[in-house]
Amino acid sequence: MIAEQSASSSADDVLVGSSLWRDAWLRLKRNRMAMAGLGVTLALTALSFGGPFVTHALWGYDYESQNLAYGARPPSAAHWFGTDYFGRDLLTRVLFGGQISLTVGLLAASVAASIGTLYGAVSGYAGGRIDGLMMRIVDVIYALPYMFLVIVLVTIFGKSLPLLFLSLGMVGWLMTARIVRGQMLSLKEREFVLAARSLGVRNYTILFRHLIPNTLGPIIVYFTLTVPSMILQEAFLSFLGLGVQAPRPSLGALISDGAQHMAVFWWELVFPGGLMALLLFSLNFLGDGVRDALDPSSRGRS
Amino acid sequence: MSAEPLLSVRDLCVHFRTDRGIVKAVDGLSFDVAPGEVLGLVGESGSGKTVANLALLGLVPRPPAFYPRGEVRFAGQELLHASERVLRSVRGRRIAMIFQDPMTSLNPYLSVERQLTEVLELHERISRQAARIRAIDMLAKVGMPDPERRIDAFPHELSGGMRQRVMIAMALLCNPELLIADEPTTAVDVTVQAQVLELIRDLQRGSSMSVILVTHDLGVVAGMAHRIAVMYAGRIVETASTDALFTRPRHPYTQGLLASIPRMDTPRGQSLSPIPGLPPDLSNLPSGCPFRPRCSKAFADCEAAYPELTACGSDHLVRCFAAERGET
Amino acid sequence: MTKPEPLLDVRNLTVHFPVRRPGLFPRQPQLLRAVDGVSFSIARGETLGLVGESGCGKSTTGRAILQLLQPTAGSVRFGALELTSLWRRRFGAAVWSRELRELRRRMQMIFQDPYASLNPRMTVEDLVAEPLRTFRVADAAQIRQQVRDLLAQVGMDPRFRRRYPHEFSGGQRQRIGIARALALRPEFIVCDEPISALDVSIQAQILNLLTELRRTFGLTYLFIAHDLAAVRHISDRIAVMYLGRIVETGPSEAVCSAPLHPYTRTLIAAIPLPNPAAERARVRLAVRGEPPSPLNPPSGCRFHPRCSLAIARCTSEEPQLEPLAGEPERFVACHVVHGSVGPVLPR
Repeated sequence: MIAEQSASSSADDVLVGSSLWRDAWLRLKRNRMAMAGLGVTLALTALSFGGPFVTHALWGYDYESQNLAYGARPPSAAHWFGTDYFGRDLLTRVLFGGQISLTVGLLAASVAASIGTLYGAVSGYAGGRIDGLMMRIVDVIYALPYMFLVIVLVTIFGKSLPLLFLSLGMVGWLMTARIVRGQMLSLKEREFVLAARSLGVRNYTILFRHLIPNTLGPIIVYFTLTVPSMILQEAFLSFLGLGVQAPRPSLGALISDGAQHMAVFWWELVFPGGLMALLLFSLNFLGDGVRDALDPSSRGRS
Repeated sequence: MSAEPLLSVRDLCVHFRTDRGIVKAVDGLSFDVAPGEVLGLVGESGSGKTVANLALLGLVPRPPAFYPRGEVRFAGQELLHASERVLRSVRGRRIAMIFQDPMTSLNPYLSVERQLTEVLELHERISRQAARIRAIDMLAKVGMPDPERRIDAFPHELSGGMRQRVMIAMALLCNPELLIADEPTTAVDVTVQAQVLELIRDLQRGSSMSVILVTHDLGVVAGMAHRIAVMYAGRIVETASTDALFTRPRHPYTQGLLASIPRMDTPRGQSLSPIPGLPPDLSNLPSGCPFRPRCSKAFADCEAAYPELTACGSDHLVRCFAAERGET
Repeated sequence: MTKPEPLLDVRNLTVHFPVRRPGLFPRQPQLLRAVDGVSFSIARGETLGLVGESGCGKSTTGRAILQLLQPTAGSVRFGALELTSLWRRRFGAAVWSRELRELRRRMQMIFQDPYASLNPRMTVEDLVAEPLRTFRVADAAQIRQQVRDLLAQVGMDPRFRRRYPHEFSGGQRQRIGIARALALRPEFIVCDEPISALDVSIQAQILNLLTELRRTFGLTYLFIAHDLAAVRHISDRIAVMYLGRIVETGPSEAVCSAPLHPYTRTLIAAIPLPNPAAERARVRLAVRGEPPSPLNPPSGCRFHPRCSLAIARCTSEEPQLEPLAGEPERFVACHVVHGSVGPVLPR
């Protein structure tokens, strides 16, 4: 009675379809800049986590062993990035710093995304006075000076790593909440939501099965663009001395030290800064690519 | 028709490069429009009717579109490969276009007056005051109630029917020789549709303007068009005078359309005879005639080759092997 | 002969939406009278067509009947149950009671936009199975089998069940929506403009499908559309709506061939016929003006500013829907049709 769309006469019982995620992934793969960004990010991640083992195996370096005799040496065959004032191998320190930046960035962004999504979804779906109240809370926190807030949190909770990214995440969830709530407000008027209600589906099921999956697009895009932002914030905090504590290196701390001796020991600034810049560039390209890939306007209607 | 046609389209092709391959939106379209004639262009989604009309005015973005072949002659001037300067002088002045959705076709930030006088100031060197007077006259001519007040209104303050009248006024201000109306009444209610169609009919009769009326509604063309061209998968499959098309349709698609629409003037209770199958997928057309998968009259030849437009009566062309053999 | 109890009985259904007016200080909101006192009944197995132009309130009526939005006033009796009394208040908002939710198994809706009414992230199987899983109708394997059967019944190849909505055409998506609406074997289905968004050549397919399913499953339809020809084809009776009220009701053939209310007559006169000779011969009865806003309906009969038969009474007194003398099946809300006389008002 109905003509098949594809003349597939295989013996398959079921013809598997191509979900929107798969379409988006295919589109992303075609975007060379984004793929380059992804590649570089993965490479840097591998280097950051694997590199220190190699340098330790090859030369016995780690991030804190000092060798004052070799203090402040420019790049050489033994020390590819040179050494810092205390004779510590800069390459190893930079790689360790990368570990911390990536970990902090990813974890903080994840915390922010999770809290923000849940908060925004509930607020947007509930609507009315509950929504108003929840969004006013967001407005108030948003209005507080960010640095002040972080400094207070760090002062209260101390300068430990997990609490660092918790503090970062706590502030970062606000934007996600706003975005998700906005998405909710428009999505809940869509006809497929009305259809689900008319089928008798319960509210919380509608929220998790129908609404949140359809907001994942903007959430993911915002996530990939939040990670570099978190890395930068951590670097800034470390630069101020509020983040990761010495002797553990973080890119921000390294840049801070390097900036002090910039005129004389240029490698102490160039390498950590370069790595940071490379990381941020590639994450941003990836984020742009993800946004383009998930762009609904390029998805066709039959 | 002994007179030279006003618009002559020959073998127009508009193809798009997309992720899924090449989409042949228009693939070998040929038709003529005589001066003073109303041509009804009938087709559904995927027929290519809108793209064809946008291509006439050079409004299709290239890339992703490109024209592998074809020619469009308007009063002797070739349009398809003309420069942007030539096209700009033609658009709005000699060929005007009105669109389907008056909500999105009018600039919400400009008053009605601004949008109307903009057209006049662009193509004719007259002052703003003179243009305003012309605009008010035109609004009255298109049946806008209270035009002196309405001219200062903004689109969101007007109803759908009034906005459509503004669009028509904009199109007619420079006395174009050809009006392309792309589904002008699809988005409005049936009573407003009747008013808008009556307006277009009256205005057309009062001048020597030609009209290409693009629609999917056979009832609309029955009352408006002198000749009708039916499009399917980017080409014309049948063209004839209105009377001839309705009394003796030759192409199985035209016949199928006429048989499948529920009508007010046929007895109730008869089951409808729909055209089986799905509209064509322009990125993946079958070999031979694109209507073949849905055609009850198809036979071996239909898969092998694409039929040409052949005559099957005076001024009646059809693109179908079965029709050529008299089987439809 | 006593008539059997109707399956659906709607009395004075009213839906008003408060519209906030812009301004710094809160003012009394204006009322958008989307549905303003609508009454009709549908017998089991019957199809009632609800016709009108945009803004007349027909879609809102359909949703209010299914309690997808809470009516402002009026009564909706489904079988022996009064639906409007089945709402509860929770945290200050109006929600369904358990019984109202259970009633989804008996009444369903088919939506207009095949692109928007299916969740793009769900497979066809999940979409059609959702109502079955929500009410735990059977175990997982049986539900999968029921989904395959439903898809076949609406003319979809069950092998496509793992595909996603965007991979299908409009007509196919509409079939999926119909399968979903049928899953719980409802008795009553509101079809809200089910073919308006489809290509002409596909509309007939879906109309035929709906007719066939009605026969197979013994369904009762409320068929809402603006295309009178399609409504006439599938409906036993037709109700014509204008600006929130019903102006005429009667058997489909009678209403279409011999319309009584002036609005119905202009509506029918405005429909273009695919018949050139008939089109040329028609007397243009084009109505002037456009439907006024439901925020501010005219006094008296809502159609009077556009009516060529309006008399003085029409400006002050709103006509009620009353049966025509001698034809108990036909109801019209018009003073002039029911015999009032007077000088015709100038327009």
